[in-house]
Amino acid sequence: MTPDIVSIWVYLSASPLTWLTATLAAYVAADWVAVRLGRHPLANPVVIAAALLATILLATGTDYGTYFEGAQFVHFLLGPATVALAVPLWRNLATVRRALLPMAAALLAGSVTAAVSAVGIAWALGAPAGVLASLAPKSTTAPIAMELSKSLGGIPALTAVLVVMTGIIGAVVVTPLMNALGIRNFAARGFAVGVASHGIGTARAFQVSEIAGTFAGIAMGLNGALTSLLVLVWLAFAG
Amino acid sequence: MNDAGEPSAPSPAPLNLPRAILALLLCQLAGETSILAVRSIYPEIAFPGPVVGMALMFVLLVWRKGLDAGLDATSGAILRNLSLLFVPAAVGIVQYGPVLRQFGVTLALALIASTVLTLLVTVGVFLLVTRLQGGDAE
Repeated sequence: MTPDIVSIWVYLSASPLTWLTATLAAYVAADWVAVRLGRHPLANPVVIAAALLATILLATGTDYGTYFEGAQFVHFLLGPATVALAVPLWRNLATVRRALLPMAAALLAGSVTAAVSAVGIAWALGAPAGVLASLAPKSTTAPIAMELSKSLGGIPALTAVLVVMTGIIGAVVVTPLMNALGIRNFAARGFAVGVASHGIGTARAFQVSEIAGTFAGIAMGLNGALTSLLVLVWLAFAG
Repeated sequence: MNDAGEPSAPSPAPLNLPRAILALLLCQLAGETSILAVRSIYPEIAFPGPVVGMALMFVLLVWRKGLDAGLDATSGAILRNLSLLFVPAAVGIVQYGPVLRQFGVTLALALIASTVLTLLVTVGVFLLVTRLQGGDAE
């Protein structure tokens, strides 16, 4: 008697336990690789883990819905994690207080640059209106971006992908870029990556320093609020 | 102090993790609920509930003037591993093969250029205003 491997796989491939385990396993492997490479910015654990999992899903013919039934338990923690950002914010309150004016100015400049430059470049390259609307909120955190995309006439699901890609680009680019410019102010560096690349940028900033992570978290929250406000104003004038 | 009548635990006191998780969830729930309430009146307003929850938690920390060790440990553990939480959303890319094939190059160029530009503008303005304020930009 040999175990019926096919029917065991049929059961396991549909089980949330399998995909939750796979998500953790892929992340542990990706983080091991990232640590091995000295946390090199190109060795981003989100990219490595997602590439591993995407390959497995495509190879086994598993659809994303089945995968997400297991992965949702990890995804769910994004909410509590956002609330938890209040803790480093509170702990570094004195540093944050001194930087209120620079933060306000940088937020306004960065938020407008993020939306206008992305839409401008894609428009010049001939992207249609639906894609442009999906692109505009890409620097905000996923739940806000998807809402804004819908109200602008974009495709929320496409926006979700663009948001993740923006996060990864910022997380990969920020450290070499800032080092090349000789910028050693970690509050400024963190704030920039929070405005440009929301939570994935914030995750990277926390790997570099707690101050950078704290400012990135504040920037992410504020940029979500400001972009929502700018879209409301835009719709009031355009509609 | 406990039911078994054993001597109470020596310092450091055991971390109360369920209470920390409860605090995070309650703040998030309150945030989500307040956004739902606002949206039932102004449906065009888009704002994430967890960010309101973060503001609420911040107000609670300022008000209580202190941080519970369990909450410190729990939030620290979550934030040190924040990257993990984005993996399920990133895997979502597998669903958009056709759109990405059609507009992939345009989107990649727009995203890369826009992200680098946003980083430069944000960090530049932050440092400029810090210097104008008389602070040490380094």
